Amino acid sequence: MEKMNTENHIQYIYGIADNSLILGQRLSQLCGHGPTLETDIACTNIALDLLGQTRNYYQYAAQCMGESATEDTIAFLRTERQYRNVLLVEQPNTHFGYVMARQFLFDVYHLLVVTQLQESTDSMLAAIAQKSVKEVQYHQRFSAAWIKRLGDGTAQSHQKIQEAINDLWKFTDELFYQNEHDIAAIHAGVGVDVSTLKESYMTTVTEVLTEATLTIPAETWFRKGGKEGIHSEHMGYLLAEMQYMQRTYPDMKW
Amino acid sequence: MQQSVSIAPQLISILETIPDPEIPVVSIMDMGMVRSAQWVADEVHIAITPTYSGCPATDMIQATVIETFETKQIQAKVTLVLAPPWTTDWITPRGRKALAEYGIAPPLSPMADKQALWEDKKIVPCPQCGATDTQLISAFGATACKALFQCQSCKEPFDYFKCLT
Repeated sequence: MEKMNTENHIQYIYGIADNSLILGQRLSQLCGHGPTLETDIACTNIALDLLGQTRNYYQYAAQCMGESATEDTIAFLRTERQYRNVLLVEQPNTHFGYVMARQFLFDVYHLLVVTQLQESTDSMLAAIAQKSVKEVQYHQRFSAAWIKRLGDGTAQSHQKIQEAINDLWKFTDELFYQNEHDIAAIHAGVGVDVSTLKESYMTTVTEVLTEATLTIPAETWFRKGGKEGIHSEHMGYLLAEMQYMQRTYPDMKW
Repeated sequence: MQQSVSIAPQLISILETIPDPEIPVVSIMDMGMVRSAQWVADEVHIAITPTYSGCPATDMIQATVIETFETKQIQAKVTLVLAPPWTTDWITPRGRKALAEYGIAPPLSPMADKQALWEDKKIVPCPQCGATDTQLISAFGATACKALFQCQSCKEPFDYFKCLT
């Protein structure tokens, strides 16, 4: 097996952790705004799990980098182009249908990734994955249940969740895209070859959408770029809000 | 399943006084969070495992452990250990009893937990009146470790400590 350099190692960790950070930030925006108290609490609980996982990954990345890097400098002091998250997770909370569709389309992928990551030759990543698997199973249960409830619900809920699925579908192919760092990580036995997960992903997604009486979009035009740092128009606003405190009051601590 | 821990006997009584900040009736020992505690020269090295990745109590527990040992003029060093991941099976019988008395239904077996949370089977007993005619209100509760239930018999809402195995 090839040994990977530190830069590839860190970039690989970002590729996984940034998804959790950015989706966690999106879900946090629902705090106090969820459609019901229970869904509000559920979305923020999921955000908390994702941010906790992110901290584990970033603390490890900071340790690999040495120098003065910390989990906070990684989370708050990078520029837009330096974030490696997929486009799907940065898409806005347009309405509850979008929140659940985005969550479900990501959860199915996320569970497949962390399940495989448990086998990583990097014992720290394997440990973080082992801890995350249990949490992500809950997330997928929750989002899949809502897809079914909305899809097989009223005419209006059906129409709205179908609209969200159709709109977000173009971001699903990027989940299986791998950049040079990912490929180096796979060769080193550290990373998960996500290109092999597409079939399982489609099986689960199709199963749930079918049960929800929803249609699989026929979309064949897919967008990607996030994993290379080229983000959608929504990312800048998200970062502006997320980084505000550290940018305004550098080195501020609670 | 019991965890294999290595805790120096004379440190147990100190660790037992450190509460879980979110559930103050149980100690971090009762929660099964202390993985090891040993003297290394004139320092105590303690390894703690977080319950949930995002549990905000983890930072506070680390700080409290250091402070508690400081009051006894002992220098403590705390490290977080992620593997093997914490499971609700590590909560001690005394911890489970304390949870129930506090009004939180302790975790069921992993199999029963899935039935209660995913298939909506009425098997979580109410910590107030003991009735099993209880209903899942939300799979996510006030903290990362809990789900929200309501007793159909005494009508009290209550927390259930979710199983993680």
